[in-house]
Amino acid sequence: MIELFLTAFLAGALVVLMTAPLGCLVVWRRMAYFGDTLAHAGLLGAALAMISQLPLTLAAALVGLIIALILHLLSRQQSLSNDSLLGVLSHGSLAIGMLAIWLVPTQVDLEALLFGDLLVVSGSRLWQLAFVSLGSLICLLICWKPFLAITLSPELAMAEGLAVNRYQLLFIVLLALSVAMGIQAVGVLLFTALLIIPAAAARAISRSPEQMAILALMIGLGSVGLGLLLSWQLDLPTGPAIVCTALAFFVALRLVSSWFTKGSA
Amino acid sequence: MPEILSLNNIGLRKGRQQILSDISFSLQDEQILTIIGPNGAGKTSLLKIILGIDKPSSGSLIKAKGLRIGYMPQKIHLDPSLPLDVLRLLRLNKGNVSQQDCLDALSKTQVTHLAKQQVQALSGGEMQRVLLARALLNRPQLLVLDEPVQGVDFLGEAQMYDLIQQVKEQLKAAVLMVSHDLHVVMAQSHEVLCINGHICCHGHPQSISANPEYQRLFGQQLAPNLGLYVHEHDHEHDLHHQGCSHD
Repeated sequence: MIELFLTAFLAGALVVLMTAPLGCLVVWRRMAYFGDTLAHAGLLGAALAMISQLPLTLAAALVGLIIALILHLLSRQQSLSNDSLLGVLSHGSLAIGMLAIWLVPTQVDLEALLFGDLLVVSGSRLWQLAFVSLGSLICLLICWKPFLAITLSPELAMAEGLAVNRYQLLFIVLLALSVAMGIQAVGVLLFTALLIIPAAAARAISRSPEQMAILALMIGLGSVGLGLLLSWQLDLPTGPAIVCTALAFFVALRLVSSWFTKGSA
Repeated sequence: MPEILSLNNIGLRKGRQQILSDISFSLQDEQILTIIGPNGAGKTSLLKIILGIDKPSSGSLIKAKGLRIGYMPQKIHLDPSLPLDVLRLLRLNKGNVSQQDCLDALSKTQVTHLAKQQVQALSGGEMQRVLLARALLNRPQLLVLDEPVQGVDFLGEAQMYDLIQQVKEQLKAAVLMVSHDLHVVMAQSHEVLCINGHICCHGHPQSISANPEYQRLFGQQLAPNLGLYVHEHDHEHDLHHQGCSHD
């Protein structure tokens, strides 16, 4: 029994290792809705993977990239705001994904994709997770400074000779990969929560970007651990349990920080 | 004086819109060139071409070999969720700059005391100085300043121009500046380029204000003010007061 729990925790931890620092960048760049869109498109990716026998990671990353490309092309016409375009793409791809899973007879468990289930992660899946997650983390560490510089101002970064477009593409690939990994943990519907909430919670008590990323990671790990424990003890679905724990962290840290600000003022 | 930058018949098209056409000028070492023009005249687009952010659709841009450019953007849109202090803001660039370099740059723009301050807590004027300090980090030979006094009050504006002048002399750099404020800038500039998609007129500050093209673009009522301007700095207050309607 304990082995099952540990496997689940390890899987969740590997997902958070990606989503926590990426989530900070998403928050700083105001791309939360974009993250949500990629997550919803992840369902379409999952459906595609089932139908075509492609690995889920590859299919989800591919669909994510296509969505990003479509967004890029549509936003150049400037007849609709990015916000509306994201709404169209986000729910459009979610609906297509649902239909695809409905129409094509497969063994797929729609509920697991929508809500996630860490308790069914297999050993081989864990290895895959570890590989993708650590690879992405290394990539993110190497590109951290350029990513930050672009967050500051893409134009300034470009004027200073940074290959901004290449880094933006890489960022989207990393995000799409984290979606493919994260769906298992919390599902398509709650993925953005895993991305945003630990970062947002960490903001309250951070003074530097790195501090915020590391705190987000710790909060993410805490949420996965406590959330799993709750889900285990009270027989709750894992995804919502993890996200609710993260939410509790968010509220607690907000309260603590506002308490201290009041104290010093 | 050696030429460090030269533009030949630069044109820029975006979709069906011709944003810039036939822009030609050159910039010499240690020269101050100010680009003025109404909103939507393509000033920022022109800067982007010079900085290499955008490619021109026609014409050619020649920069001196190994030209180091320091760029100060109009403003940066920093989300409040990003915790960042001033020192870190300076160090976030492509090159490797030491903390000491950053502090030196901050002292040049007289804001060393802000080094540990969070960027979101800066006022408009402080932000401008920090961004100017950032532009100085690679010892530029050319400073490109996009509306360096935007969002600064009148007194701050005069101080900012003094500061730019000082920094320019220390670095022995050329300055290329975009401005919508014709009055304060013109005295310090060696040359003014007035654009509105194309070059309306260019020349010394005095000759510009008498140019009929210029008067048509900015309105007759401003011409007398500009006449005043070329004499003394102490007319700034008046001029600013009367002249803020043009933009």
